[in-house]
Amino acid sequence: MSSRRPLALIVAAVLLAVLLILPVGHGSYFIYLLCSWLMFTIAAMGLNLTLGYAGRISLAQASFMGVGAYTTAILTLHGWPWLAAAPVGVLLCFVVGLLLGFPALRVRGHFLAFVTLAFNTLFFLVARNEDWLTGGSYGLSDIPRPRIGPISADGQLAFYYFTLAVSALAILALWGIVRSPWGRAFKALRENEVRAESLGLDTRRITLLAFAIGSAFGGLAGAIEAPLVQYIEPNSFAVGESLKVLLMVVVGGLGDFWGPALGAAMVVLLPEALRGTRYYLIVYALFVIALMVLKPTGLMGIGKTFLARLAKSRAAAATEAKP
Amino acid sequence: MSQFLQVVLSGLSTGSIYALAAVGFALVWQAAQTVNFAQGEFVMLPAFFALVAIHWFGWPLWAGFAFAMLASLAILGLAFKGLVVQPMMPDGGLPLVIATMAVSILLKESVKTFYGAEAQPFPSPLPDGTLQIGGAVISIRDLFDLLASLAVVGGLTLFLDRTRTGRQMQAAAQSPAVAEILGVDVARMTLYAFLVNAALAAFASFLVSPTYLAKFSNGESLGLVAFIAAIVGGFNRIRGALVGGLLVGVLDNLVATYVTQEYRAALPLVLLIAVILWRPQGLLGDAEGRTV
Amino acid sequence: MSLSTTGAAAGAPHLSVRGVTKRFGNIVAVDDVSFDVKRGEILGLIGPNGSGKSTLFNCILGQIAPDAGAVEVDGKAVTGRRACDLAKLGVGRTFQQLAVFPGLTVHDNVVFAGQEHEGTLLGRLFGKPDAGLSEEADRLIEFFRLSHVRDRLAGDLSYGQRKLVDAAMAFMSGPGLVLLDEPAGGVNLTMLAELKERLVAYNRERGTTFVVIEHNMDFVMSLCGRVMVLAEGRVIADGPPEAVRADKRVVDSYLGG
Ligand SMILES: Nc1ncnc2c1ncn2[C@@H]1O[C@H](COP(=O)(O)OP(=O)(O)OP(=O)(O)O)[C@@H](O)[C@H]1O
Ligand SMILES: [Mg+2]
Repeated sequence: MSSRRPLALIVAAVLLAVLLILPVGHGSYFIYLLCSWLMFTIAAMGLNLTLGYAGRISLAQASFMGVGAYTTAILTLHGWPWLAAAPVGVLLCFVVGLLLGFPALRVRGHFLAFVTLAFNTLFFLVARNEDWLTGGSYGLSDIPRPRIGPISADGQLAFYYFTLAVSALAILALWGIVRSPWGRAFKALRENEVRAESLGLDTRRITLLAFAIGSAFGGLAGAIEAPLVQYIEPNSFAVGESLKVLLMVVVGGLGDFWGPALGAAMVVLLPEALRGTRYYLIVYALFVIALMVLKPTGLMGIGKTFLARLAKSRAAAATEAKP
Repeated sequence: MSQFLQVVLSGLSTGSIYALAAVGFALVWQAAQTVNFAQGEFVMLPAFFALVAIHWFGWPLWAGFAFAMLASLAILGLAFKGLVVQPMMPDGGLPLVIATMAVSILLKESVKTFYGAEAQPFPSPLPDGTLQIGGAVISIRDLFDLLASLAVVGGLTLFLDRTRTGRQMQAAAQSPAVAEILGVDVARMTLYAFLVNAALAAFASFLVSPTYLAKFSNGESLGLVAFIAAIVGGFNRIRGALVGGLLVGVLDNLVATYVTQEYRAALPLVLLIAVILWRPQGLLGDAEGRTV
Repeated sequence: MSLSTTGAAAGAPHLSVRGVTKRFGNIVAVDDVSFDVKRGEILGLIGPNGSGKSTLFNCILGQIAPDAGAVEVDGKAVTGRRACDLAKLGVGRTFQQLAVFPGLTVHDNVVFAGQEHEGTLLGRLFGKPDAGLSEEADRLIEFFRLSHVRDRLAGDLSYGQRKLVDAAMAFMSGPGLVLLDEPAGGVNLTMLAELKERLVAYNRERGTTFVVIEHNMDFVMSLCGRVMVLAEGRVIADGPPEAVRADKRVVDSYLGG
């Protein structure tokens, strides 16, 4: 484990450098896509904590993005700075996520999936019907971009760097959580709840925390989405979007730290790459079906199998060369 | 009073179509632990098979329905089972769920791309008239929907309980390993479940499309309601899914008429959450064994 | 850690079970069972399959709620308390079915077994990833001869090896009272002898109290100073090994002629 840490650091540093120079010279739509990818990565990484690490399914991640986005939008439209509004949204998601965790103490698997899915639909109905708060189906528009002191993130590129900075901090925080004893406790909960409880783990508390933290990351993604698109409406937070985030997590590789980033890239960018053709969503759907049927461990699973094969053939070559 | 009766009757009629989808959903769940997120699209698609036969091939109505039924059995039954579910058995888990979600995108987008995005009128062999029942006015179509659905589900229940094949299907679903030892062809029984589901979906499609028009996005709400009906009734009970479907249809109509139009979709959801939390086995279902 | 020694002065039994009853439908799995275990005692619990031994453990440890009866640990009432609370009171256990975390390494399994006893919830979030338990975990892994599989996933180990990981986890938090459910099942003879030695060593050096369910009579009779027999949920004998071995009812219902 410890021998791999420097490697992970190097990879992260290279990745960051690439992300810093990637948008330079590109058009604003490309930069928008990158922001969108980062935003969905945060949401998917949050869900991965709840589902991949702690083993509790939630099909409500889009509603948490919604809570974060609406909170941020409403407060910044009232003149609050983003730096004050976003934490309120994230905190709200933490609390609501905690409450949504209670059903998870009673039911598992498919049943929990449907409870959370129902919750998402209820959120959607509230967002659509409570015009006084959310603007109803017209949504909220002219959401301001963040401004931190003298620096404004009005321009597309400036907003990208802002998003990148927030994402990097969020991912770092999540990394800290996952490698702390909490991360081990989440996995223990997933692997064998009864045994974990008998070893002193308060499984109720850790289940609620898994929901609360995962949801808070959804809220942060929403807090980025509001100023990114500058216009939000209920459909962006419907059940379909939650399923999209779930798709990212599973396609990337369930329970793998970086899997959601890969999954989000595929879900956000692949349709764009295929957009030239008339059949892009059909091709995309076929690809997902094929991937799940042939490689249920997702893209990260493919990568790992490939690396393992490579290492094996190297080892084989080395032993062959010896005598 | 007559308005109330009318609301209930038309709710029962819509609910009976939900029930068809819910029963199929429950069958597939029992047979292969598959939560089919494409179930709504399964009900949306067969109408388009019929439209293709009628408008593209110029076939008569009955031939269009026959073609749609066969195409549904082949694609929604055989191909879905063989190409998607079978390779991921025995425990498909989340990847299988994701695969069915992708199937739902595939079906929706295919219809949109190859047939069209607009809502299409759909022919019905039934007359348009209405009937008076105890002061309530109900359309002949609604009444037919209700009676036909009840007859189909009733027939299916008889088939499952009274015939050898039906009982073998139940045995294969409950404990595949034991059934296999007793000489039941489990793989074949599982396939039957998928075929029955495809047939139910096609039938529901023929009933629902004349009233609501055929549209690629029809499955989105239908699928959700079918899940709700199946769970409220009890995942592991055919009769439960029937009752769940009717219940959801009636409640939905009552709420929309007497309580709130904006939040009509919320009631089934609240019902769903309540049932799952207080009676996870559903209103009519059996408790599943627990392991400590 | 020190909890296990606090009640000693009071002279209360380490574990006290009073009238515990548990029904599953028509079956009375545990029927009005009462007994005490003194500090430092090693009690063997034997009986035919389905006589309610595991269910009794689960009732004592808060894994399932008994229908009637009371349980005390160190003179403290713990009836109805959750399993994690009992763990915090210094009660360790193993399960009859394999109970490891298959997706974690052996080392992580054992570290986890101790981490929830260290510091506060927030302290664990901001503290060291291994909660400072890495060395202690390695000592236990060594103790159970698992060093060569330290970094393997527990799910990849053999049955017997997993049984040992399970045992190692039960000792990680330094419990004063340990309930073992068939620790010898699937463990080879050499390891079995060593396991017995270790239990005795724990008992002698730290005064650890044990309750051991086991079908292996040689193991039970040589390890335990006292044996209790359960049949159809009831205690039918309780005493020194020789006396129990000679008891007519025990011979008839369990040991055989
Ligand atoms: N969760 C449960 N639900 C229903 N019945 C149960 C449950 N757990 C145990 N039983 C029943 O209670 C009785 C006692 O079971 P228990 O597991 O305690 O026996 P045991 O003495 O540990 O047997 P063994 O030596 O085989 O491990 C059995 O008849 C069993 O079928
Ligand atoms: Mg037992």
